Amino acid sequence: MNKDFTITAFTENHIGLLNRITSVFTRRHLNIESLNASESQIPGIHRFTIVLNTTEEMVKKLVLQLEKQVEVIKAIYHTDEETVFQEITLFKISVEKAAEDNLVERLIRDKNARILSVEQDFMIVEKTGHKVENDDLLEFLKPYGLIDYVKSGRVSLIKMDEELKDLKKLIKEAKQAEYKQSLN
Amino acid sequence: MEAVITQSVSEKVKTSGADAVLRSLVAEGVDLIFGYPGGAIMPVYDALYHYQEEIHHVLTRHEQGAIHAAQGYARATGGVGVVMATSGPGATNLITGIADAMIDSTPLVCITGQVASSLLGSDAFQETDIISISMPATKWNFQVTRAEDIPTALAKAFYIAKSGRPGPVLIDITKDAQFDQVEFDYKKCEAVRSYQPIPEVQPVAVQAAADLINQAEKPFVLFGQGVILGQAEEEFKTFIEKSGIPAAWTLLGLSALPTEHPLNVGMLGMHGNYGPNKLTNECDVLIAIGMRFDDRVTGNLSKYAKQAKVVHLDIDPSEINKNVKVDAPVLGDCKESLKQLTELVKRKSHQSWLDQFRTLNDIERAQVIQPELNPTEGQMTMGEVIKEVNELTEGEAILVTDVGQHQMVACRYTQFKQSKSNITSGGLGTMGFCLPAALGAKLGAPDREVIAVIGDGGFQMTIQELGTIFQTQAAVKIIILNNSFLGMVRQWQQLFFDKRYSSTELINPDFVKIAEGYGIKGKSIDQRDDLKSAVAEMLAYQGSFLLEVHVGKEDNVFPMVPTGASVSDVRLS
Ligand SMILES: Cc1ncc(C[n+]2csc(CCOP(=O)(O)OP(=O)(O)O)c2C)c(N)n1
Repeated sequence: MNKDFTITAFTENHIGLLNRITSVFTRRHLNIESLNASESQIPGIHRFTIVLNTTEEMVKKLVLQLEKQVEVIKAIYHTDEETVFQEITLFKISVEKAAEDNLVERLIRDKNARILSVEQDFMIVEKTGHKVENDDLLEFLKPYGLIDYVKSGRVSLIKMDEELKDLKKLIKEAKQAEYKQSLN
Repeated sequence: MEAVITQSVSEKVKTSGADAVLRSLVAEGVDLIFGYPGGAIMPVYDALYHYQEEIHHVLTRHEQGAIHAAQGYARATGGVGVVMATSGPGATNLITGIADAMIDSTPLVCITGQVASSLLGSDAFQETDIISISMPATKWNFQVTRAEDIPTALAKAFYIAKSGRPGPVLIDITKDAQFDQVEFDYKKCEAVRSYQPIPEVQPVAVQAAADLINQAEKPFVLFGQGVILGQAEEEFKTFIEKSGIPAAWTLLGLSALPTEHPLNVGMLGMHGNYGPNKLTNECDVLIAIGMRFDDRVTGNLSKYAKQAKVVHLDIDPSEINKNVKVDAPVLGDCKESLKQLTELVKRKSHQSWLDQFRTLNDIERAQVIQPELNPTEGQMTMGEVIKEVNELTEGEAILVTDVGQHQMVACRYTQFKQSKSNITSGGLGTMGFCLPAALGAKLGAPDREVIAVIGDGGFQMTIQELGTIFQTQAAVKIIILNNSFLGMVRQWQQLFFDKRYSSTELINPDFVKIAEGYGIKGKSIDQRDDLKSAVAEMLAYQGSFLLEVHVGKEDNVFPMVPTGASVSDVRLS
């Protein structure tokens, strides 16, 4: 059965690694729902957050094939229940249209969105939440002068980070070994 | 470059990046490389000129030839093959070999020249993004744009190529990095923090595997190249001998166990032996060692060994459960895990189970093997040629094959006494692999007889490497099994496409004349009576020799597991 999985991969920060990571999915003809790359809490280590709709059997294989890449330190996967996650959508809305109907303003408040900036002809509204919530607001706004919008990828944190203890230990050990080598 | 743990082996000297490449190779103990020069790699070739004492460079006739030769060298010696090529077309010509080495786990270091770093991305002359092109087919790759990174990049390249599950690595060096100055200080790489090449063997996992094996009534071992790559041939033999378990090989596992060993029950897969294919679906415990359940081995996965518990020993965690669900995985180097497993398994013999293999083997012998090896009429068969070679080489030769019917026949019937003696393109199935790989094998193992068995189709894919054989005077023995067809494809057309021979017939040139043009002695035969003396003449000849044997045009290779069928539906005709 297909469902959403979030893969978190900790990697070196090297040119081309994104390519190597995505090719693990491309090879299997899988579509990545969203991908986010950022620094991690460990200096010099990158963190990829990849969302994928697939089976658990498949995601298990993918995680191992990701970890097989020389510069991937650790790759793990979680279900939505095991993580706290958010996505952002930015909306560009016609000021004129919004003014015609104060429903828009109410909607923004009710849906926990906020206005980031108001220009002469348009304003920018930000909504952070789960994809369904953001998409819900999108549908509402469509008839009210929606000019443009953009969605971010998912960022997510793992509720239980037992697995990450390993990772930190691993890096600490490697650093120590490296340091020892540099002494002799 | 960071995060590399290294060991210093030299004092600092100021030199060029190009010279640093050569010094790094020398520091890694490399004395033979294969390659082809061009603009973007010229500084390295210029530096090479000063290292002729230390490093022998073999100039092939095509970069594909260079990389296949390096693969043959690596497979025959167990070392790392080194290839050099220029940017653009030189680099792209390596791709087939890189993909081949990746899927067959062959350690290679490929060094390509690249346009100057200031020109990167500008569509400069002979610029191609070889890093992106080779990325999915390399174990690791890296572009060097500064001379000072050359020693570290190469140290890391050699370490990654040969450690854990081996594979090809590509280092792309911009031309300015080759010209610039570097304080050369070589430190061998011993660890990379993001990379764990060898998972530690877990005693609980070994125990779980041993428990399954000890309860088994009909255990069956499948072994692959992991046994050879892990140099675990002895440990493997001890394990099967103690546990008394029959063992069958994958195409790449061939030669890890002598052909004549009483527990060697033959070949797995599409053209494998009757017994191992049939009994895969009867065993109660399947023990896979250093093999990856390729679809050519398993046939239809949904009907593959469903009745059996599966034990899988592998160094690569991503192989576990990839194709076949595993009950007892044992991660780690099989040299170590086999040792531990052997201690825990009971000494047993499974005589009646072994007899089942023998019975099926007798059926195959009568229906397939006997007529293939000892025909009395009609055109010569591929099998009788191999049999003749066996008789004269007594299992001591290295067999290098191309891809097609001749490959299946040669691997099925060649006798082996030593490991690392079967070199073939298994995973990628690359036609054109054989001739250059045989050259590389001969240069790597000059004291061994190297026999290249090639189809008339595949021979013409890298025929230009006859020039390299001529120039190096490598005494490669070449047998062309000429059926005037792309035989394997024709066989499928006959069996599955109602004999529509679409674009598979070949009108061939005079191969002997071509060989002679390259200064290689040649002979062509089409009569059975001439076979023995021709093979003897070829083997007795001092230098390289090409023997063309005309075999039956429409002969087929059997047994066969048709695609989509279960292994137990293996056909004898
Ligand atoms: C580079 C490449 N192209 C195409 C194929 C598909 N293919 C597999 S076997 C084969 C026929 C090989 O013919 P030949 O070399 O004459 O050997 P034979 O099967 O007759 O022994 C072909 C075309 C391949 N394996 N490799």
